[in-house]
Amino acid sequence: MNPTFLAALRAALPANSLLLEAEALRPYECDGLSAYKQIPLAVCLPETLEQAQAILRVCREHQVPVVARGAGTGLSGGALPLADGVILSLARFNKILRIDADNRLAVVQPGVRNLAISEAVAHLGLYYAPDPSSQIACSIGGNVAENSGGVHCLKYGLTVHNLLALKVLTIDGELLDIGLQAFDSPGYDLLALMTGSEGLLGIVVEVTVKLLVKPERAQVVLAAFASVETAGAAVAKIIGAGLLPAGLEMMDNLSIRAAEDFVHAGYPVDAAAILLCELDGANAEVSEQILALRAVLLDAGATEVRTAEDDAQRLKFWAGRKGAFPAVGRISPDYYCMDGTIPRQHLARVLGRIGELSTQYGLRVANVFHAGDGNLHPLILFDANQPDELHRAEAFGTDILKLCVEVGGTVTGEHGIGVEKLDAACSQFTPEELIQFHAIKAAFDPDGLLNPGKAVPTLHRCAEMGRMHVHGGALPFPDLPRF
Amino acid sequence: MKTEGNADVFGYRHSGESRNPVPSTTWTPAFAGVTNTLEVTELIERIKQAITNRTPLCIRGGGSKTFYGRAGVGETLNVSGHRGIIAYEPTELVITARAGTPLAEIEAVLAANQQMLPFEPPHFTETSTLGGMVAAGLSGPRRPWGGSVRDAVLGVKLLNGRGEVLRLGGQVMKNVAGYDVSRLMVGALGTLGVLLEVSLKVLPRPASERTLLFQPGEAAIRAAQLPISASLEVDGKRYLRLSASARCVEQAIAQMGGDQTDASIWAAVRDQTHPFFATDLPLWRISLPAAAPALNLPGSELIEWNGALRWLISDLPGKTLRQRVVTLGGHATLFKGHDGGGKVFQPLPPAMLALHQRVKLALDPQRIFNPGRLYPEL
Repeated sequence: MNPTFLAALRAALPANSLLLEAEALRPYECDGLSAYKQIPLAVCLPETLEQAQAILRVCREHQVPVVARGAGTGLSGGALPLADGVILSLARFNKILRIDADNRLAVVQPGVRNLAISEAVAHLGLYYAPDPSSQIACSIGGNVAENSGGVHCLKYGLTVHNLLALKVLTIDGELLDIGLQAFDSPGYDLLALMTGSEGLLGIVVEVTVKLLVKPERAQVVLAAFASVETAGAAVAKIIGAGLLPAGLEMMDNLSIRAAEDFVHAGYPVDAAAILLCELDGANAEVSEQILALRAVLLDAGATEVRTAEDDAQRLKFWAGRKGAFPAVGRISPDYYCMDGTIPRQHLARVLGRIGELSTQYGLRVANVFHAGDGNLHPLILFDANQPDELHRAEAFGTDILKLCVEVGGTVTGEHGIGVEKLDAACSQFTPEELIQFHAIKAAFDPDGLLNPGKAVPTLHRCAEMGRMHVHGGALPFPDLPRF
Repeated sequence: MKTEGNADVFGYRHSGESRNPVPSTTWTPAFAGVTNTLEVTELIERIKQAITNRTPLCIRGGGSKTFYGRAGVGETLNVSGHRGIIAYEPTELVITARAGTPLAEIEAVLAANQQMLPFEPPHFTETSTLGGMVAAGLSGPRRPWGGSVRDAVLGVKLLNGRGEVLRLGGQVMKNVAGYDVSRLMVGALGTLGVLLEVSLKVLPRPASERTLLFQPGEAAIRAAQLPISASLEVDGKRYLRLSASARCVEQAIAQMGGDQTDASIWAAVRDQTHPFFATDLPLWRISLPAAAPALNLPGSELIEWNGALRWLISDLPGKTLRQRVVTLGGHATLFKGHDGGGKVFQPLPPAMLALHQRVKLALDPQRIFNPGRLYPEL
């Protein structure tokens, strides 16, 4: 490391906020995508805004790349260190600064865990809606960087729909206020632009989130189907009937059996597919809608329709779904989780094609699906100890993502491009679009020091696509529910 | 339309037009009231001319919101001919249409399928278009409960200031690939590009809606679980709209009291045909945290969005008014009753303005599109 740079970092931070030794850096070598590992130059753990600003100014002056990191649970390698860069950890920005029940908002620091927000406001009958599967561990700053989703996106939206304002540091260390506590703010919607920008545009140092009133009642219905196609058609019929479920999830037979063996949720293991449909809202309305929903499901050919009898059973139904990833982890040495989104009407075609690819590549695939919003998580089962299987899993995954783009969808619904899907992004964007993205990046960060090389592939990389391979990886944090 | 000149050079597997095919299986042209009369190639030609001649373009759709923002300059680029619904599959909750499509047509097609634009956009005139709706970014009475225009935008196809066609975002609810440029277009008043197509999330219409009127002094019950979908305070009266299943609405009415009244009040306020808006004095649109205290400014006031949107007719100097609004955590727009040359939108702090300028140049390097419409510097 350049000694002048090191001296400047030391001057900017107290000794306990700067990690330099190999063993101290090791825990930061990867995020939730552990297939990629890299030891950074240093890890900075600022505790104050002034320290964070000083780090950025030093890095700008010395042209050292900066990778922001929250809880490190991301699934696309967005927080993967760079060999010549520092990690800027926001872990110590971990305070809930203000809860404003009247305006239904909370002002929090970026290192606050997603679930901690809902826990802190539960006594007010409020909650923060986006619920990524890693919500007990992931930080709100990371949620902003990735525009995280969850199982309730169809009705309640993604992170971008549940933010009011951000405080952001530019690479120059300048503090910007983006958004207001009002419903809109003057000028361009930089709040939307920042959300999901994967740490390439600025460093989020404060987040104002919207809070929602907890619904009076939530009720879940489980429906079994003899084919994936009828289950897919039932989803369209539910929406067509004017119902707007809070959660609408589909699992195929392999996922059902794996989940049932794992959590004993009471799933029908001989069903080709099940739907879990949750309705929430006012008590009277939920009662009416559950009746309507049951009728739609039976009419759509469900072989069995079960309404959770109480909250314990509702949670049990969900436990199977939320435990699907680790459940699949029990039946296969490794699996590779995809994150494409498709227009729902192409579900049967896409699942059919995934089935064909499964045969072609000789690898099993378990499908769990945010059916309401079209976000697919096919889990490709493989054994990393067989080198050829990893290679085949990667190729299979790439084919699935290309298929998603071909039917009008996207290569990533909620996990982000990071480093993992840079090649896949080449199939989604034209050179003009990529050049536009790079121009926007330069408007915020002219020297390209904020998380360079992530999220937006270079034209050169896309030109070489075909000779490169997407790398898979088993999930770390195996104890976290993934959905 | 999209030039494929670079495709071989870069070895791309998908051309601009073959990817993201818009689903068209269920859209029957018989529903389409208007047909497209303006091709993208013509628009690209106009933009390239403008770049060569360095003449700014003033983008115009239906002309329903020419009053909004600072005065437009440059040659008019009328895009209203680029119109027509491209795809609408009700069970996907997504509609895609060309930007010149009349808003009224989109809403009629949605209504025929018991769906709606959840943000209830103002029309102002019958000619208002989808593109103008997105460019202005104005939402109507349902906004606090149903979300904003920006919340519903899923993707756009646009022409940037280099005359390139870009598809950003998509037709799906969840999409985190690339920067969210499609939502950046909302409220940018055409300063960042020419919108060609927009995909929006739509929602089912509530089974039942009722409007309640509470007279001065009559307190409306405030409870978190009531199915409120619009609020209005004007002339001492308070209006609330309830939207839910029929039984749920009836139960709420029984709890709340008040008198049932005509629902037309919402469109009247949304489109500013309500008598409150009949004035030549400056009309301010003031956006605040919902629970912010009373403005206590001279003038007459109409309050929507449970307090988060306050319309003020007042000839108070802008600077004085904005000082008060900023203290309350909001911002003020000089909506009507100005000459188009002043500070229409809340001035931005220097660092934010500089960033806005760089973002503008990233999309429109020659400052061709609507220069000065939003801020003089953009």
